[in-house]
Amino acid sequence: MAEATPAGTPGQAAHPSGARIIELLKESGVGEVVALPDIVTSDGLLWPISRDPALRLTRVCKEDEGVSICAAMSCNGTRAVLLMQQTGLMDSLNAIRAIGIDYQRPVVMMVGLLEKEPHLPASKSAAYGVRIVEPVLRAMGISHSPIEEPEDVESIVHLIDEAYAGSRPHVFLIGRAPVAP
Amino acid sequence: MTIRRDEALRTLVPFVRDDDIVVAVYQTNFDWMGINPRPLNYVAVGAMGQAASHGLGLALANPERRVFVFDGDGSLLMNLGALVTVAGAGVTNFYHFVFANRVYEVNGDQPIPNAENVDFAGFAAAAGYAMSHSFDELEEFASAVPRILEHAGPQMVSLETRPGEPYPRNYAYIHSAEARKTFEDALNGRE
Repeated sequence: MAEATPAGTPGQAAHPSGARIIELLKESGVGEVVALPDIVTSDGLLWPISRDPALRLTRVCKEDEGVSICAAMSCNGTRAVLLMQQTGLMDSLNAIRAIGIDYQRPVVMMVGLLEKEPHLPASKSAAYGVRIVEPVLRAMGISHSPIEEPEDVESIVHLIDEAYAGSRPHVFLIGRAPVAP
Repeated sequence: MTIRRDEALRTLVPFVRDDDIVVAVYQTNFDWMGINPRPLNYVAVGAMGQAASHGLGLALANPERRVFVFDGDGSLLMNLGALVTVAGAGVTNFYHFVFANRVYEVNGDQPIPNAENVDFAGFAAAAGYAMSHSFDELEEFASAVPRILEHAGPQMVSLETRPGEPYPRNYAYIHSAEARKTFEDALNGRE
């Protein structure tokens, strides 16, 4: 595994393990993945998920479909995760507002931060589309947490459990491409 | 020709079993709630255009149940990709009815884009639905329903409709926690 470098310094940042993320999703009781491709998570997460017989992958055409699918699945306790990139998150805000917040549905999202520099926090990114993500989520009162360092993934089970127990959305912001198994 | 929407819905009532899920939207939802109130009516769609996607999630998570989606034409136009997603998911328990009145009825009766020419059954067929049908005459629709439901989904039934008996637009109920709890209790056998 590559060594992490000091924040703000370009270098070889440590990346999270896609295999470990998948392992923790299963430990969380997630059996359904709804996804649009995202270049940050494509190799390390979505391709391995697509080959994993323990996870059913539903490919959607647009991200707000996934919000509704995950919410509807939760009605009988079925746990799902929606994979997308932040452009899709932005495009889905009304559905997340209505279904996740107003209707208090547990929609868990893993969002790849396209164009985010691996060595910088999202708030310091040169990309406007990356910098605004956390402020937008804060403004909407949506729980979110970063997946940057390898150890960040260890919060996945706890945060998914909390989302379903509290019947509310949670967004994992993936700022470094997960390493393929 | 067009079919009165309330008559089309009444035609469907005997074919909807107690354990079926019905996802309906806007005026079709209000009419259906008045005509056939039942705990497994899923009314919490939330965002316009999302009925088919909610229906797909329910169909995938509840493969032992049939899911009926009573969609609007304006609603479906907001989420046409959902037709492809539904077809790709291969949900055999999915029956998609589009009540095509060619206007945004609850938003001032403004016409949908290209209102005269849009072919919803054609969209579904092209997306890969197992079967796709269009009706603009009530008796023809009524006689076809049993045959349609004998076949596996996903199926599209596009109905050319006009308003019938006006049922109240009870937005407070469809957005309520009570409505969601009623559905989930019935779905999970907590009645």
